Amino acid sequence: MLSPGFSEVNKDMKIEGRVWKFGDHVDTDLIIPARYLNVSEEKELAKHCFVDVRPDFVKEVQTGDVAVAGVNFGCGSSREHAPWAIKAAGIDVVIAKSFARIFYRNAFNIGLPILESEEAPEQIKEGDRLSIDLSTGAIVDLAGGMCFFARPIPDFMRTILRSGGLVQYLKNSKTSAGGHSSV
Amino acid sequence: MATSMTITEKILASHAEKGAVSPGELIEVKVDLALANDITAPLAIGVFEELGTKRVFDPEKIALVPDHFVPNKDIPSAQQARIMMEFARRHSIKHYFEPGDSGIEHVILPEKGLVLPGDLVIGADSHTCTYGALGAFSAGVGSTDLGAIMATGRTWLKVPATIKLVFKGRLRPWVGGKDLILHTMGQLGVDGAVYKTLEFSGEVVRELSMDQRFTMANMAVEAGAKSGIFEPDDITRAYVSQRSPREGQYLTSDREAVYQRTIIINVEQMEPQVALPHSPDNVHPVSQVDQVPLDQVFIGSCTNGRIEDLRVAAKLLKGRTVARGTRLIVIPGSPLVYKKAIQEGIVEILLDAGAVIGPPCCGPCLGGHMGVLAEGEKALSTTNRNFVGRMGHPKSEVYLSSPALAASSAVLGRIGSPDDL
Repeated sequence: MLSPGFSEVNKDMKIEGRVWKFGDHVDTDLIIPARYLNVSEEKELAKHCFVDVRPDFVKEVQTGDVAVAGVNFGCGSSREHAPWAIKAAGIDVVIAKSFARIFYRNAFNIGLPILESEEAPEQIKEGDRLSIDLSTGAIVDLAGGMCFFARPIPDFMRTILRSGGLVQYLKNSKTSAGGHSSV
Repeated sequence: MATSMTITEKILASHAEKGAVSPGELIEVKVDLALANDITAPLAIGVFEELGTKRVFDPEKIALVPDHFVPNKDIPSAQQARIMMEFARRHSIKHYFEPGDSGIEHVILPEKGLVLPGDLVIGADSHTCTYGALGAFSAGVGSTDLGAIMATGRTWLKVPATIKLVFKGRLRPWVGGKDLILHTMGQLGVDGAVYKTLEFSGEVVRELSMDQRFTMANMAVEAGAKSGIFEPDDITRAYVSQRSPREGQYLTSDREAVYQRTIIINVEQMEPQVALPHSPDNVHPVSQVDQVPLDQVFIGSCTNGRIEDLRVAAKLLKGRTVARGTRLIVIPGSPLVYKKAIQEGIVEILLDAGAVIGPPCCGPCLGGHMGVLAEGEKALSTTNRNFVGRMGHPKSEVYLSSPALAASSAVLGRIGSPDDL
């Protein structure tokens, strides 16, 4: 059922950025507290990303940076505002040992690449620079030269990611099927 | 011979129009009810409109419930609620509810008979798993998924493996569904059931009321689970038959069904449980918890805002008063719960005890309004999450418990069991 490869994600999806390190069980209230959910615009949401846990994050994050975390990243609420806030703040990819179910689904749906690796978050340190190849799942820590390989992305999720998210995926399949898509 | 399946696999198979499904399989299912609230609907509506679909898949199979920040707490949240209201009007959404008719989504949908055993419900709210109490499959998703469902009436799911929880023994006084699920959280951990479903079974849950089952299914997501489910029985039938003209599908798990794990929990010695800051799996029996002084106690939410929860609280608060220096906030989960509480004299008991009663909504559970905590404040709450900053200031602390323990603690002004009164 699941394809072992990454090769079709996107041939040019290479990312290089600085690491923001987080711990285990980073919940969606930490990513974006509910008191800021009275708006839906992603740029507004991004202003409060990680505000309670890393108040310096929003000021210092740069486009292309990478978030690296432990287990169960994104647990708690189903709020899609969480991956949107991360993406709009400039984070290009989240690497974690594991993700909570709804966050995992949401991230693919909105086109935020996420990678699962047991080993990488153990070794990678805050402030390291990483070079990531989404097409192969290779993560290189430029600080020490270590290389890790992320767990393969399931086939179906890869198709969604390649389309840039669920909306575009559905639009594409609508055009090709000439009617309502079957998701 | 037919494949043996769990109740969850049977519901998924029938909605995927397949003879059988097994864990790990990706399936496409038809959705019986799609749900969103005032926080998640605006994003989902944006997605729906971006897809360019002219009509929703079925205006009778979508529920839009304003409950998180209503009555509107500020101008931006008023705008959000308005986006949802205008969409509901434009698409003639049958199950859109205005405050007055509305309450907490997971309290009012079962109350109005909109979910039946065997249904498949997908909601843009993580506590959508609540409907498993009725023997339905229900799971939370994000707004993009929900927007797509509003357009197509279908979605994809990965069939979850099932963890069976068997509760044995007899419950002690003041111990109920909330204590069972908190104890389970302590056993499983916040990622103990990621991508799994929890099947609640055993002699203890067979005797639990629907309100207590809702409380338990509600918190399945706190262990990372996709869903939680009870096999529907006569208690379920008695609840739904007076609420809906539809007949549900009363499915059970096959004797030979495959479970990923079976966990047996003996409840004989179980005390009231408390989840300490800052995680719902940081659970301890009340006798091992410090007598923490409390600034606020909250009774309500999709976990414990039903009539039985208020009855238990009233039983303990009758003739007693809330401790000086502690605020008690009670929010009935729906107008119907509120009305029953008035009819049964519960509201008067609560007011005499010194509680403040809010209009049906999510209230302070997610730190939005109606009881936000200040820096350093400590609260005991009957809700489902006690993450950092969940109910207000990032330096406030939230403890989770049952309504019984919340009521006794409000009187004591500190965490304490009904036996301490």
